[in-house]
Amino acid sequence: MNAPLNTNGLSRRALLQAAGALIVSAAPLGQAVAAPAGKPALHPTELDSWIAIGKDGQITAYFGKIDMGQGVDVAIAQIVGEELDLPAEKIQLVMGDTFLTCNQGGVSGSTGVQSGGIALRNAAAEARRLLMERAAERLGAPVEKLEAWDGVVSVTGVPSKTLTYAQLVGDGYFNTKLEWNGQYGNALVAKGRAKVKSPDKYRVVGKSVARFDVPEKVYGTLSYVTDFKLPGMLHARIVRPPVAGAAPVSVDEASIKSIPGAQVVRKGELVAVLAPKEWDAVRAARQLKVVWSEAKPALPEQWTLYGHIRSAPASHTEKPADVGDVNAAFGVAADAHYSGQALLVEAEYEWPFQAHASMGPACAVADVKPGSATVWTGSQKPHAVAQGGAKLLKREPGAVRAISMVGPGSYGRNDCGDAAMEALLLSSLVGKPVRVQGMRHDGTGWDPKGPASVHYARASISVSGDILVHEFESRGFSRIEVDNNEGDPSDTLAGQLTDFPKTPAFAFGVPEDGYAIPARRNRWETIHGFLPKANPLRGSHLRDPVGPQVHFASESFIDELAYAVDTDPIELRLRHLKAPRDIAVIKAAAKLADWKPGGPGSRRGKRGEILTGRGFAFSRRGATLVAVVSDVEVDPATGRVWCRKFHVAHDCGLVVNPQGLRQCIEGNVVQGTSRALFEEVMFDTKNVTSVDWNSYPILDIRDAPESVEIVLLDHPEIPASGAGEPSIRPIAAAIANAIYDATGARLRRAPFTPERVKEAIAQSKVAPIRA
Amino acid sequence: MAQRTTLKVNGGTKAVEVEAGTPLLYALHDEIGLNAPHFGCGLGQCGACTVHIDGKPVRSCITPTSAAAGKEITTLAGLGTAGKPHPVQKAYVDEQVPQCGYCVSGWIMTAAAFLKETKNPSDEQIREALAGLKCRCGTHLAIIRAIKRAAKDMAQGSVA
Ligand code: FES
Ligand code: FES
Repeated sequence: MNAPLNTNGLSRRALLQAAGALIVSAAPLGQAVAAPAGKPALHPTELDSWIAIGKDGQITAYFGKIDMGQGVDVAIAQIVGEELDLPAEKIQLVMGDTFLTCNQGGVSGSTGVQSGGIALRNAAAEARRLLMERAAERLGAPVEKLEAWDGVVSVTGVPSKTLTYAQLVGDGYFNTKLEWNGQYGNALVAKGRAKVKSPDKYRVVGKSVARFDVPEKVYGTLSYVTDFKLPGMLHARIVRPPVAGAAPVSVDEASIKSIPGAQVVRKGELVAVLAPKEWDAVRAARQLKVVWSEAKPALPEQWTLYGHIRSAPASHTEKPADVGDVNAAFGVAADAHYSGQALLVEAEYEWPFQAHASMGPACAVADVKPGSATVWTGSQKPHAVAQGGAKLLKREPGAVRAISMVGPGSYGRNDCGDAAMEALLLSSLVGKPVRVQGMRHDGTGWDPKGPASVHYARASISVSGDILVHEFESRGFSRIEVDNNEGDPSDTLAGQLTDFPKTPAFAFGVPEDGYAIPARRNRWETIHGFLPKANPLRGSHLRDPVGPQVHFASESFIDELAYAVDTDPIELRLRHLKAPRDIAVIKAAAKLADWKPGGPGSRRGKRGEILTGRGFAFSRRGATLVAVVSDVEVDPATGRVWCRKFHVAHDCGLVVNPQGLRQCIEGNVVQGTSRALFEEVMFDTKNVTSVDWNSYPILDIRDAPESVEIVLLDHPEIPASGAGEPSIRPIAAAIANAIYDATGARLRRAPFTPERVKEAIAQSKVAPIRA
Repeated sequence: MAQRTTLKVNGGTKAVEVEAGTPLLYALHDEIGLNAPHFGCGLGQCGACTVHIDGKPVRSCITPTSAAAGKEITTLAGLGTAGKPHPVQKAYVDEQVPQCGYCVSGWIMTAAAFLKETKNPSDEQIREALAGLKCRCGTHLAIIRAIKRAAKDMAQGSVA
């Protein structure tokens, strides 16, 4: 039966908090929960690795992903609560500690709810099944006659006959095995004998639940990773070369002698300064004199970037998956052009490097001792940090414990992974706890970048509005020049600068849209990065990860096709879509925005000297569908674009937490607007020159939209398919299409800065895009 | 040379030993151990480090500790608490504004000072007053909603 109690007086929550684990729960703090003695070892097949029930009735769920402020934790608590018949607020969710949670892959590809929820949903259902079995036995009633709510099981119609979950399991363990598919990460599935609840019975999922983390953030009481301290901890700053690719030749340690306790640590090509006080470490990093090797400037002039992307040799060419016979179709189309029955349209689009530029530069604290190693990190993927850390320190897998804490924002593979490896390495070298935090120039100049790209599109469209053949090519820097996680040190700066050379890896992407076109070719090709290691322009995953650039191109191009044959752009899309959900989401956006069908320029207007217009875009991301109408105001005198309104229709299957989902979409729309209008990493031949908020501007509140109207298409019968990223995908195209509507100028290069908009307007007057 | 400086923070007094020229941010965050303000840029460009000095928002990353000596310093935690929230904090919770939340000191401390001066501000005035502050997560619309809600609450006197 139940394992013996072992309450040692210290609450587990308190213990976990002392260790810095990310815990979210609306339950009161400080309650006594059993220490984990006697608990079966952490493993996906152990039910006890997923769900625990305390003597006091506290339900704890162990989540192998984490939340980054988008409310994934709340949605997971709702899912667990639903299966166990409890309000979400009663679930204590432990997440982000690699010694306490199974490796579910961290935050990745908007899968938090989609795949992260599956194992926990199954585990919670299995826990309920066992609870009911035990209750049936003890209450002397068949399981069918039992009902449960808020941790109390009762016999239907006999209110006096009750037992609590705590009485049934309290502080014991289930000691029950789950079936496991043998996978870790996003693909991990574990399952018991229980059937999960049918969505028509839901009473917790689908309701708006307030986020758990908001009050602590608003009252300034939350410990971020940047706030975490250990006794005897040293503060470190990394000293990076002024010219990318330069290595330290000599370091003048005397140059920081005047700073109390400051020391230099070098390993391979990594140079760091450490001091007991943080400000002293900052000063030391500024003051340290380093002679760097004469590195040949490795970057091109900025203005040649797109020429370089077009002409550089391919590092990888992905074999296209054709629909129909594309070459033959273009041949047939050529005849149709001569006879005036079809038009050939082609266009190229360009997207710059963009920075994560998280609100604060990454931070990590590590404590490496001979027999143990722990790192506190703001990384989205603590299990990857633990794996990468063990390799970096050349220790056994599992030897490093990674604990996630809330960090200063993360939208993919940002600089957190770098900071975590630097902290581990430095702590192992000095034998003391070390806290690393970047300066602003590290967070913007040296973080992994969203890759720059060029997109080429060509299609033939009949004058009656049928797309006959369509070809699309992406060419850009690899989005995995460093991988989307830090599970291998070679994907981090600390690794690359020491013993871990990076094996090149290549990936980009093509549109996801569902248009049925008889002959279609999508292909992508990557080119090599500018430096084989420690490249300040190394491509990696930045929210979506290449969706904004790809769909800026593909969805602008659909607009160009529609206007080429004087067709309403929504009508053209609907004509080529077959899936009912695609059609429904587009119609929902059109209805919400009160879209008036018409050809080019038909929605344009004027407000004084300001030109107004609206544009549309649609995209899929896996099973999530987003349609968006953008209303812009363009000042032709200054070129300033204000994205005044957005109307968004969003279908991600089952909606778990409507309010959380709306906030998440709103953030994506605003960040997407920022990237479309303002963001471009600047560089000279020596290094990145976007090193702060002036040289890497993002959207200011004066440019924030007036409103983002959202309609959620809820499909309780379809599994939740993720919402962290899909709605950033169509934003840039919707804006570009709206600018075209307003001005007749087609923006094919992002961001749409005032200068570019002015120039495009001037160009469009000289040579109209279409006669 | 480290100097002993006495700071009046959130209604109490704290003595800190810091090098001359140390920005106030480091004194508050590292010496006194306050969780917010945060380091965002160290350049006065983002607002993540904002505190009030004598009721006025300042960026503590570029304010020397010595310049704050003897003055009333208020951080996010001193502005209000869960039990006794400032109206802007209460509205921030009601509107569920923050995502990562790393930026909130900038917005809340600036808005709190602004609403003291400006009753019932227009959208335009709110945008102008908060110009220059950064939020990478894109919570700007929720921020505007929260400030309008706080302004309304303050006008109605429903919260102190
Ligand atoms: S940290 Fe002070 S303004 Fe950015
Ligand atoms: S909430 Fe993350 S930066 Fe504002």
